[in-house]
Amino acid sequence: MSMRVELDEPKCVASGQCVMAAPEVFDQRDEDGIAILLEERPGEELLDGVRDAVAVCPAVAIRLVEQ
Amino acid sequence: MSRTPAEAGRAPRRVVVVGASAAGLAAAETLRREGYDGTLTLVGDEARAPYDRPPLSKRLLSGEWEPDRLALRAPADLDALGLDLRLGTAATALDVPDRTVRLADGSAVPYDGLVVATGVRPRRLPGDERAHVLRTLDDALALRDRIRPGCRLLVVGAGFLGAEAAAVARQAGCEVTVLEPAAVPLAHAVGERVGRVLSEAHREHGVDLRTGVAVREVTAGGVRTADGEHIAGDEVLVAAGSLPNTEWLAGSGLTVRDGLVCDAYCAAAPDVYAAGDVARWDHPLFGTSVRIEHRTNAAEQGMAAARNLLRPEARRPFAPVPYFWSDQYDVKVQAYGWLRGHEEVAVVEGDLSARRFVALYRSGGHVTGVLAAGMPPRAIRSWRQAVATRATWQETVENTTAAAT
Ligand SMILES: Cc1cc2nc3c(=O)[nH]c(=O)nc-3n(C[C@H](O)[C@H](O)[C@H](O)COP(=O)(O)OP(=O)(O)OC[C@H]3O[C@@H](n4cnc5c(N)ncnc54)[C@H](O)[C@@H]3O)c2cc1C
Ligand code: SF4
Repeated sequence: MSMRVELDEPKCVASGQCVMAAPEVFDQRDEDGIAILLEERPGEELLDGVRDAVAVCPAVAIRLVEQ
Repeated sequence: MSRTPAEAGRAPRRVVVVGASAAGLAAAETLRREGYDGTLTLVGDEARAPYDRPPLSKRLLSGEWEPDRLALRAPADLDALGLDLRLGTAATALDVPDRTVRLADGSAVPYDGLVVATGVRPRRLPGDERAHVLRTLDDALALRDRIRPGCRLLVVGAGFLGAEAAAVARQAGCEVTVLEPAAVPLAHAVGERVGRVLSEAHREHGVDLRTGVAVREVTAGGVRTADGEHIAGDEVLVAAGSLPNTEWLAGSGLTVRDGLVCDAYCAAAPDVYAAGDVARWDHPLFGTSVRIEHRTNAAEQGMAAARNLLRPEARRPFAPVPYFWSDQYDVKVQAYGWLRGHEEVAVVEGDLSARRFVALYRSGGHVTGVLAAGMPPRAIRSWRQAVATRATWQETVENTTAAAT
């Protein structure tokens, strides 16, 4: 079973919380701070950080789905 | 009183979370994520599935989004939590010695771990059953329904919420008047200079901002001020702050003082925790008791409370760097830290008058907050570090301004 990250970009409010929770998986665009997904299928070792990002994203823009 | 599960070293088997919104849901999710597999009851007085509030004064109010975009979790994700979900049911009383929560439907739910996440509600004004408030999805839909070109909208209160709603209504063609008792809107929150700069946006966008005007009551055709003046309007929005939902805790013996009072671990009593807008706790970083009405704090505190509840032996103080954002007209405001009660503000990047700047806030000898407006969102993150590490004001600001001149 692998996990896939979904980013609902129009919802993103550019808070940067995901980047702090999982810097290997998320970044932000320079100009407007909108999140960028670096790893759509992060490895097991990164999932804890992604789950934190899902939980703290203030725009509910991130989802982790089972494949 | 018998020993609590925590004292006896037993894991809880029946956890009740009261309040089914950002904080309560974060707590419930974290409990499951941390391996808790006992009964998990989530009680919420709103009948709707949990939804997100910040868009209520932004893209939902403007009509850009419909309610289905506000769901806090997809139905499948909610199902996967295996909740005993009691929506549309208010908690009416808490019996701490007996370890039960009483519900409006007459039932009593026993717990050995409790999370209080009942949030806040709008502060009301006399006569305002005729007026709008903005806290729930129904509130927002009712207001949205009235926002039409030419409609005269009176907004009572120029805080972040009132300002956002005013901006949306203005952009939709309403004639908007904002009435604010303070001389400078937001001054208590962000300081006079920054408050003044942010509020100038109202005037530039054709909103009639009247400061120093306290509203006494809402009338059939508008509002009456403390000075007795009547201001006419078609619709009134009362955005005059909020009050914590703690009435149901009366008689519980828990300490309520502008919020449910907790220690640094978010505990109000053994096995009783609080999170989100309703919680007041001792913030280790700022050395003061705080209650924070920010969306990220609700989630972070829900997570922290859940972890401390499950593992009191490994409990950790809740010491986040608070984060807040607000969209005012076309300017995004972002802030980190604790700005209230600050003693000094220094602009360290950009230009106040251009409404593109980063401002630092000092309390005592330390940097305790940072606010950015109109800047690329990443710009503020490097300053967050100064707040998180309690950097000294002197080194941070004086070095920066020296470098800039
Ligand atoms: C219009 C609006 C715009 C906002 N914009 C921003 C923003 O831009 N940025 C930002 O950082 N924050 C913003 N916020 C604040 C943010 O939404 C809150 O901080 C967040 O919702 C707090 O979550 P909570 O779960 O603690 O409380 P709440 O969201 O208030 O949820 C508490 C829940 O408990 C329920 N409840 C109350 N009493 C009982 C009872 N006795 N029994 C059962 N259930 C009960 C309530 O009905 C509610 O559903 C905004 C808020 C609003 C209203
Ligand atoms: S945490 Fe959410 S809102 Fe913030 S940048 Fe990441 S995706 Fe965007």
